[in-house]
Amino acid sequence: MTSTVPLTKGGPLIVQLLREKSTSRFLMTLAALAILMPVLNLAVPQDSMFHVSTYTLTLLGKYLSYAMLALAVDLIWGYCGILSLGHGAFFALGGYAMGMYLMRQVGDRGVYGDPLLPDFMVFLNWSELPWFWLGFDQFWFAALMILLVPGTLAFAFGWLAFRSRVTGVYLSIITQALTYALMLAFFRNEMGFGGNNGLTDFKDILGFDLQSDATRNTLFVVTAVLLALAYVFCRWITTSKFGRVLVAVRDAESRTRFMGYRVEHYKLFVFVVSAVIAGIAGALYVPQVGIINPGEFSPINSIEIIIWVAIGGRGTLYGAVIGAFIVNYAKTYFTAAFPELWLFLLGGLFVVTTLYLPKGIKGLMDRLPVLRKTTLTEGA
Amino acid sequence: MTMLKWLVVTLFAGLCAAPLQAEDSIAEIFTALPKASFSQKAELMAQIAATESDQALDILQAIYDGNLYYIKADKRVGYAASSPEGFVLSDVFSGESLGEYGKRKVKKITINNSLRRDLSQLIAGFKLRAEEPSLRIQAARDMVNSPSTDLLPLIDQALKVEAVASVREVLEVARAATLLADRGADKQEIIAALGVLAEATDTNAINLVSRYTLKDRDGNYLEQDSDLVAAAEQALDSLNGRQSFYTLVQNLFFGVSLGSVLLLTAVGLAITFGVMGVINMAHGEMIMIGAYATYTVQLLMPNMIGMSILVAIPVAFLVSGLTGVLVERLIIRHLYGRPLETLLATFGLSLVLQQLVRTIYSPLNRSVITPEWMSGSWAVNGMLSLTYNRLYIIIFSFLVLLALIALMKKTSFGLQMRAVTMNRKMASSMGIKTGWVDALTFGLGSGIAGIAGVALSQLTNVGPNLGQAYIIDSFMVVVFGGVGNLFGTLFAAMSLGLANKFMEPMVGAVLAKILMLVFIILFIQKWPRGLFAIKGRFVED
Repeated sequence: MTSTVPLTKGGPLIVQLLREKSTSRFLMTLAALAILMPVLNLAVPQDSMFHVSTYTLTLLGKYLSYAMLALAVDLIWGYCGILSLGHGAFFALGGYAMGMYLMRQVGDRGVYGDPLLPDFMVFLNWSELPWFWLGFDQFWFAALMILLVPGTLAFAFGWLAFRSRVTGVYLSIITQALTYALMLAFFRNEMGFGGNNGLTDFKDILGFDLQSDATRNTLFVVTAVLLALAYVFCRWITTSKFGRVLVAVRDAESRTRFMGYRVEHYKLFVFVVSAVIAGIAGALYVPQVGIINPGEFSPINSIEIIIWVAIGGRGTLYGAVIGAFIVNYAKTYFTAAFPELWLFLLGGLFVVTTLYLPKGIKGLMDRLPVLRKTTLTEGA
Repeated sequence: MTMLKWLVVTLFAGLCAAPLQAEDSIAEIFTALPKASFSQKAELMAQIAATESDQALDILQAIYDGNLYYIKADKRVGYAASSPEGFVLSDVFSGESLGEYGKRKVKKITINNSLRRDLSQLIAGFKLRAEEPSLRIQAARDMVNSPSTDLLPLIDQALKVEAVASVREVLEVARAATLLADRGADKQEIIAALGVLAEATDTNAINLVSRYTLKDRDGNYLEQDSDLVAAAEQALDSLNGRQSFYTLVQNLFFGVSLGSVLLLTAVGLAITFGVMGVINMAHGEMIMIGAYATYTVQLLMPNMIGMSILVAIPVAFLVSGLTGVLVERLIIRHLYGRPLETLLATFGLSLVLQQLVRTIYSPLNRSVITPEWMSGSWAVNGMLSLTYNRLYIIIFSFLVLLALIALMKKTSFGLQMRAVTMNRKMASSMGIKTGWVDALTFGLGSGIAGIAGVALSQLTNVGPNLGQAYIIDSFMVVVFGGVGNLFGTLFAAMSLGLANKFMEPMVGAVLAKILMLVFIILFIQKWPRGLFAIKGRFVED
């Protein structure tokens, strides 16, 4: 199920990693995408058949941030057996942190023209900025919060749950309860996050207009680069000795514990890392999509992430990325072309994948004789 | 006042009139009604009331509500209901249609304020003499809520003849309320009335009494007479105490009602989870299927709405149950020992089922008609009334629970089910066909979800997302109560329902729910297997 094959050649771990075929192939693809798309968008004239519209570019950027989220989920589910049904919450929290920064950037250009308060607060007749909105006018502070808020929540939640050995289905259910509770909370106007409508109508980021093609291209490239970094980081974790212990926890938790490993520490660490990656993904998602609302916390969204990973093939990292792309592309296509078929398809994918493709598309590729040769050499 | 006395006398004089004569005399009155002046109308209405016939109350009420019209052309009188063309009139006695008329072809029997007052007294008098004691209580209670000095002679009259104690009680309260409303009553009377009201169970009594305890800005009582203030304060204390008690009872009722809904939705989940270790994410959709089954049954028997809900119970059980067996055989069977994968597969299934229903029935919400015997509410007293549908659902959920317990404890299938829950491998070694038990258990759990759907269809609209609204709550109940233990589920459902309803008035519905979720997340930390973890030999996986 996993490719935690020991790396053979010497040298520092990072160098070994880059020498690994799957990693280098993944990074090459990502690099090609990050260079090609902006070129096709900016340099190729609009009437050319190779021109890529800004819409498509933004869509791909959105998929890239989803891919990062899938990566985060695969890290804990594929390698440590933690099935989190609430990872959308960390994604959304990162998104809200970014949204708050973007909201403060609007300044007095909002509908009500209040220099300090975002529109929705003026609408609710609030007279001053709530304390938790302070500091979000600074990018560095927002960036810090993007890492800290999901990380802290994951730490507190994981510390409680793993220490008391809540595992399996129970853990899945309480993660779901977590995201559900957050969704209900963020829907409340009194919370001060824009209630039902969330945060939207952003103007610019770091002084650059969000609507301009240049900014969009930059965001796309930044997302690709961060995805690459996250991938290498995850790969580094999973191929290290630490990662080997994670897999042991996944396959036989009690046995690992009896061998003297503090299982809960391992789980907690990887859970927090995963939450932070998910938060970054959310922060990249918001400026590209232009809105963040409590719907992102809905339990369905979080379960959908699981199917991206399951379809791509869990425990492979790049499988998660492939799965995120395929399912989201299908979603974009079907919800526009055959809206009533989409849920049949998505539901069917869940059933078929779990029944017949436990290793996802990656497993399918391994089984095809044509591809078998290359994957074998890859593993060696 | 003379006018009123005259009315009362006429009313009682008319008590012995025969019904057929009544119809004739009303018909006679109707010929005069359209042309009558307001003062003539007063006399005519008194005559209608004096007939003491079954229709008289309806007619007076219709005049009061402005629903009695006459046709300009032939001066016939009837109840009016608005229609696209104007109005449809129907005969007062036979209910037959008198035809549809444009707005200019008919005219309302108009009344003025003094007539309206007379009418309300006539109507109240009628209601006070109703056959059914409960109707008389209702009439008296209405007088407590809107006391009017004009009604005092009527109440006194009624008190003279009333024999039923419970009615007398309310009448006394009504009399006291009326006295308080009358500024001219003397002090002793008011103090006595305050004493009576202190024992009342009507919310309006508090308003009436508190008039005597109003304070000005400096904190001095507006009422000069200290005896009155003291009596009023005492009455208010007693009333407030009683009201907070009944509010408690009401909250308790709402809590138990919510708890019983949770019980119905969660108990099936608890069984499947207990026996198979499978969290069935499509459980909510089984509830939805049950609700749609109810809707379909009602469509098939439109003339027997009252019966259809009873028919729907076994139908919903069978439809959802068979779906469950099918799902178990086709999907879940292949995923034994991989509970997390089952969770994903059943989630996918839930999406498919939702879309299936959307395609078959349309995405819009459907409403299931509540049969007559389930609608309305039971007014225990003026401060407490319980809706029948919730009352029935509470009873129903307990019946379902009892049936389930009987099935688990008294049948061989139940024995096998419990054996598989405790130790699957050992049960299998003893010759129990665990696969067969699984399929039936899953069917049973789904079937009960279907029954829950029947109950829910009486509380909310039936839509494709019905199940989703309850699935997370059901999970919470199951993990809170512990797996495979029906009493655990009962306890968890009731305590969550009660806690929710008691927190709601304090912090609001949404925050109450959030607090419940947080509580459960923390609770699981301490008791990872729920409140009542089942005892058995488990191999930790």
